[in-house]
Amino acid sequence: MAELATRAVPLAGAHGGTASVRLKPASSAHRISLRAGEDAVSTLSTTLGLSLPTQPKTSASSGSRTALWLGPDEWLVIDEGEGGLVEAARSSGAVHSATDVSHRNTAILIEGPGSSDALNGGCPLDLSLKAFPVGSCARTLFGKIEVVLLRTGEQSFRLECWRSFSEYAFGLLREAALDAE
Amino acid sequence: MLLIHCPYCGESRSELEFRWAGEAHIARPENIAEISDEAFAEYFFIRDNTKGIAWERWRHIHGCGRFFNTIRDTVSDKFLLSYKAGLARQPVPGASEPVEGDAA
Ligand SMILES: [Zn+2]
Repeated sequence: MAELATRAVPLAGAHGGTASVRLKPASSAHRISLRAGEDAVSTLSTTLGLSLPTQPKTSASSGSRTALWLGPDEWLVIDEGEGGLVEAARSSGAVHSATDVSHRNTAILIEGPGSSDALNGGCPLDLSLKAFPVGSCARTLFGKIEVVLLRTGEQSFRLECWRSFSEYAFGLLREAALDAE
Repeated sequence: MLLIHCPYCGESRSELEFRWAGEAHIARPENIAEISDEAFAEYFFIRDNTKGIAWERWRHIHGCGRFFNTIRDTVSDKFLLSYKAGLARQPVPGASEPVEGDAA
């Protein structure tokens, strides 16, 4: 019988944080990097089943899917359910580019009253609720790496990063959490 | 921390998210196959390297990814204006006449 390669899950078993900043690896998800012009937004929104946000720093969710505005013609679409993102985009018939990045990225969930302080240990964004309300998202930096940050609640965030950088991100968050009350 | 305004994100963000991309408004010659080596070198290599008010391209590389243009004082490092790529060379805010290079 042929031996099968087993897929290693990034950050499997990682744990850390404090009473005010809880850190945990997100479960695996489907993702696409989506590029499309203005005229393709409405048909892509229909076939993806959510309205692709067109305002900077905003996201839109529907069911298991969330679309994050990364740039004027660029989105990260995450599906924590059954997937089918590339197929949904393709069925729009609109001119676009959809690249499956499900396994390029992984995510860390940060929760608790100290979560924004811990993130600001390595991220220069203003994470006050006024400047970065619930649902806000941005591609930015965390320490030395590029990340995509999504605010999922007043005290909770999802940090998307490349899987090969995830140990660095987790380690830096763990350190920063020690300084965040 | 120096903040740079991105005209696509509509807000000022940390300089860490940006990358300088040289002098702005360098137009590629339409007849590039026909121009002389000297004219090509002028287009391709020669830059003003202005001390003072400079029109520059910047890229919000760790944000929205977009190139845009700015007017920056290279002495004080103060950004006077950011505007979207594709727009014509913008006048210096507060100046009555458009200022060319370091003639200010
Ligand atoms: Zn931007």
